[in-house]
Amino acid sequence: MCQCCAEKKDIYLPQLATVVKAEAMNVTERYLRLSMDDGQFDYTPGQFVEVSVAGIGEAPITITSSPTQKNGFELVIRKIGNVTNAVHNLREGAKIGIRGPLGDGMYPIEEAKGKNLVFICGGLGLVPQRSFINYVLDNRDDYGEVTILQGTKCYEQRLFVKEVAAWEERADVDLLETIDEPHNAWKGSVGVVTKLIPKIKTDLKGAVVLVCGPPVMYKFVLMSLEEYEVPHENIFLNLERKMKCGVGKCGHCQINNVYCCMDGPVFRYSDLATLPEAI
Amino acid sequence: MSVKKISKDDFAVFVDALIGKTSVIGVQAKGDRFDFAPLESAKDLRLDYDVTLQPPKKYLLPPTEVLMTFEIGGAYHSQYQDQPFVLLGVHPYDMVAINQMDELFQQDNYDTHYMKRRDNATIIACDVVKPSENVFASSMGTAVVRGGYDILLTDVGGAYVVESGTPKGEKLLAEMKGTVADEAALKSRDAVWSKNEKGLNRHELKCDAAYLPRLLEKAYDHPVWAERAKTCFACGSCNQVCPTCYCFNVQDDVNWDLQTGKRERAWDGCLLDGFTKVAGEHEFRNPRSDRFRHRLYRKAKYVPPKIGGQIACVGCGRCVAACLPDIANPVSVYNRLIDDLGIG
Repeated sequence: MCQCCAEKKDIYLPQLATVVKAEAMNVTERYLRLSMDDGQFDYTPGQFVEVSVAGIGEAPITITSSPTQKNGFELVIRKIGNVTNAVHNLREGAKIGIRGPLGDGMYPIEEAKGKNLVFICGGLGLVPQRSFINYVLDNRDDYGEVTILQGTKCYEQRLFVKEVAAWEERADVDLLETIDEPHNAWKGSVGVVTKLIPKIKTDLKGAVVLVCGPPVMYKFVLMSLEEYEVPHENIFLNLERKMKCGVGKCGHCQINNVYCCMDGPVFRYSDLATLPEAI
Repeated sequence: MSVKKISKDDFAVFVDALIGKTSVIGVQAKGDRFDFAPLESAKDLRLDYDVTLQPPKKYLLPPTEVLMTFEIGGAYHSQYQDQPFVLLGVHPYDMVAINQMDELFQQDNYDTHYMKRRDNATIIACDVVKPSENVFASSMGTAVVRGGYDILLTDVGGAYVVESGTPKGEKLLAEMKGTVADEAALKSRDAVWSKNEKGLNRHELKCDAAYLPRLLEKAYDHPVWAERAKTCFACGSCNQVCPTCYCFNVQDDVNWDLQTGKRERAWDGCLLDGFTKVAGEHEFRNPRSDRFRHRLYRKAKYVPPKIGGQIACVGCGRCVAACLPDIANPVSVYNRLIDDLGIG
């Protein structure tokens, strides 16, 4: 190998990690706690990894744990494609390939300090948001009021049920939850997550609002936030795209001129508003 | 760097000697067209070609390339092809495309796989003798090239003027016969350059190429995208023949033993169905008109800021020739926009 390449790392080469803990969260979602075999892994809430299953391929998955929790890192993976199906078959002790952490567009952990935070999560959107939520709760004094809105399609798909219940009990967190479809065991709100926005007690005008959910959700949430005059600079959206390389080369995740993998996956809405392909 | 003048016969001797020492990829006839292919003899070399079917890109970014091997449940091992080779007969517009790819594969995240091949390549460029049917390099400012090559050849009638562009090229030039290029030879070369700067222009862009990013700023919702895309087959031919298209897919291939395998990258194209489709069937850029627009926006608006403002279309005209419904011609699209939207 020539000298210049010898000094550079192979940006496509996964490093091995071990599945320390694996458990089903429901029929489609699986929780994994991973530990890098070489021990090194520093990340910021909002960053993702390329999960690699040899023989199947790679899939980009946002980290759900907070870097404040030091024991490896956690992913929640929905069984929906080739790689994610293969991940569901991995047991504790199995080896898995990891590239990352990737993504320069992270949650605004510094900028949000001292401000009130509103997390709006739709379904699986709770998974990436949980990284920043727990980061904030672990550095509670650095941030203002915390409001979490969680909407889930059906009762059985609710995620991190115990953890969400613990957030709800905290006096310094305002948690509002809804499910789309009524269920006998559910006594709470029924309807889509935007229904909860009028119930937010925090003054939205000065708040930092963080949104993550399925593609269809963003427009409705943004329209609703517009009524409360939330400045676009204070709204952060966590987007999903098809990704292959994760490092700004392969072209799949392009949103007009920006790369979801490099410039995101967390974007400031004011930076996205001029990009017709964003939503 | 030195400039020599060498007779065509002496150049053929040099090429044959080169073939004896290293792998040489040169332009040859393929039916009634031309293409880059491994060269076995200098007599097969056709430096008088108009355009090759495929750009030389495939020798730097192969259609499929093994990135790594793996053991199931075990480690991944980077794979590199580490063999020097010579690319002989690269036209200026293709050289510009390679220069652009070099920049794109090095910036932000250094791509060791591309750069390994690039570092192994010695590029002998040559000025165009015969303009192709669809070339518009003059419109794009890529009809002549001033860097990137190791050696540049210019056909000045009975001989070549040969200039080295790198120390690697300088070394090679020392192995060539010939004499120091005299004033007359340099004048003849200037004449070739002046002629090509204007003459490689079968489709004439109605604006300066540097204006294209600003033109596209106001053209996003123009009807031309949908009008053109109506007859688009989404076949990806325009992507395939483009010297500046470098999007790729990555896929795994398990060996027969079911214990080992390899991960490859393969060319992909933004015009193809499923290019942006994620698991769960959501496709982020689905309508063909959007995909058609994306290709031209990438060339003239999205990529340029990454490469110092250069337009990522070099005017080779291959997409014009490859497009069956004849909608891909970038110049006709841009000119239509200029007609409707004006300049400035």
